[in-house]
Amino acid sequence: MTTSMDSRADRPRPGETDRLLEVKDLHVEFHSREGVAHAINGVDLHLDRGETLAVLGESGSGKSVTAQAIMGILDMPPAVIPRGQILFQGRDLLTMKPRERRAVRGAEIAMIFQDALSSLNPVFPVGWQIAEMFRQHRGLNRSDAKAQAIRLMELVNIPAAKERVNAYPHQFSGGMRQRIMIAMAVALDPKVLIADEPTTALDVTVQAQVMDLLKELQAQFHMGLILITHDLGVVADIADRINVMYGGSIMESADVRDLYAHPGHPYTQGLLDSIPRLDMKGQELYAIKGLPPSLMRMPSGCPFHPRCAHAQDVCRSEFPPRVELGPRHESACHFAQEVVRG
Amino acid sequence: MTESTNSRPDSGADLRHPGELEAVAGGSAVAVAGADGDRVRSVTGDAWRELRRKPLFWVSAVIIVVFVVMAVAPGLFTSVDPREAVLSEASKTPDGQNIFGRDRQGYDIYSRCIYGARASILVGLLAVIGTVIIGTLLGLVAGYRGGLIDSVLGRVAEVFFALPLLLGAVIILYTIQGEDDGYFTIVLQVSLVLVVLGWPNIFRLLRSSVLQVKPNDYVQAARALGASPTRISFSHILPNAIGPVIVVSTINLGVYISSEAALSFLGIGLRPPTVSWGVMISQATDSMRSAPHTLLFPALFLSLAVLGFIMLGDAVRDALDPKSKSR
Repeated sequence: MTTSMDSRADRPRPGETDRLLEVKDLHVEFHSREGVAHAINGVDLHLDRGETLAVLGESGSGKSVTAQAIMGILDMPPAVIPRGQILFQGRDLLTMKPRERRAVRGAEIAMIFQDALSSLNPVFPVGWQIAEMFRQHRGLNRSDAKAQAIRLMELVNIPAAKERVNAYPHQFSGGMRQRIMIAMAVALDPKVLIADEPTTALDVTVQAQVMDLLKELQAQFHMGLILITHDLGVVADIADRINVMYGGSIMESADVRDLYAHPGHPYTQGLLDSIPRLDMKGQELYAIKGLPPSLMRMPSGCPFHPRCAHAQDVCRSEFPPRVELGPRHESACHFAQEVVRG
Repeated sequence: MTESTNSRPDSGADLRHPGELEAVAGGSAVAVAGADGDRVRSVTGDAWRELRRKPLFWVSAVIIVVFVVMAVAPGLFTSVDPREAVLSEASKTPDGQNIFGRDRQGYDIYSRCIYGARASILVGLLAVIGTVIIGTLLGLVAGYRGGLIDSVLGRVAEVFFALPLLLGAVIILYTIQGEDDGYFTIVLQVSLVLVVLGWPNIFRLLRSSVLQVKPNDYVQAARALGASPTRISFSHILPNAIGPVIVVSTINLGVYISSEAALSFLGIGLRPPTVSWGVMISQATDSMRSAPHTLLFPALFLSLAVLGFIMLGDAVRDALDPKSKSR
């Protein structure tokens, strides 16, 4: 982790802005017969070249919807984006024409999904699917595209790539399938890679290998990586910066060490306290009381107030402003200063 | 036994993973592919392996091949001219010289049964090709786009679906038929009617299977990696949704052949001098009591052909449907 942070600092590029992606005040709603679900309520985030940003949150916190909004793969309708901007190298993706947007997808911003088996088309060989990326975006012919596919399969450490290029997804193990998915995602040297819970469907030993691979590729291609996860363990290893999401908003944003050492939001504190620890063996595991809010009926004020030990009247009525707690450390809590001091 | 390992290829596969990496380090790449224990497989490849084991498939395949060869090269089966009428031997019962006998006009029934295969199978094939093309394209659009287009196409399909085949065919054929249409014009007209009245069947089938395939992650993933809507429809959705259409179309081929016979029987399908099983059955009804063999043989050929295609459809369905695999 430290090495990737240091190498980022060493690499200022003249004439090239380091800010790849900037999401400003993004709102996403899902309209259905039962009403409007407010999945994302004013998310701001940014990603620099070579940086790994972890978006951490439990299910329903809006982290996957954020990723899908950035990719532009939300089904609209029912999804609606009433407000916000998604700037990729200064250009707003939301106002682009569909054709321009498609050119960005895959080539500039690519995505890895949770379940690699279902993310690969079962009726085509994996090599064909990787080669598709080159044929679609680069117009390569079949044999050149296939050669590229083999190169990529070797890049992601698939053994016997030449022999296995014609194998079908179900012939690979879970970890191998995720590697193939990663190969497809990095095929065109994207500047931003979004990984949506890339290791959730894998078992622990394979998880570590896949994360190592992602880290390696990120350093090699100098990509910006957005890692969406609910696993604090995965995050600590690889992320530079963490955004903690709750109820469709970002609650806290900080460098990874800062966040672990000085959490500035009661929710982050709760998350950290609920990690099982060896020295607490035998004691009851801490859990945040209550349930995440229904997206249909968001609590007024701070979305976390019904579960928060620090909640006061102001929390029930007003959405907390973002409080600066240090360099690159912000918390959306009325009592952030008190919380961070402990 | 083999199926269980195929359907769950990931069981225990992850445990092998570290070994696979070592194998690369050691350079024994081929051994890894071999250790996997299965050859390169695909959905169609699996279906083919499954089919080859089924007697039902082989029986139906033999029947169909015989009929197709009959349609393409009737000369291989008989040297008798189907249009040579020997009136003196009209309604002759089967004997050594005319193994199926002769009909009321003195035509050789065996020869006409052979030559009749062409028109019947041609109508069946054209009708199936037409329904598949129209039904698949519209079904894909309706299922993929949804919304207004889906509703409009759905209602249009329902209108055609509601028309009874015979009633619709009688009306359309009476309107478009001319007095001196040639052989191919008549075959095309009959096929066209079957297509017009038959496409909603395929349309509904494909639409519902597109709706099943569409929410799959790999469709989302293809979008996320920049595939255009056309490419998503044809490369990712269609190959995964076409299975039921293949099955039903195989069965439909038999159904359309018998529909052609029914229309010809009513005098609105194929007509003399075109030779088809339906035409023969139609002509034989006049002398059904006095010369039953004139009806029996064309009906037998018709039934065999229809049976062949329906059995093939069944076999293909079993092979394509993983749930029907009994091991």
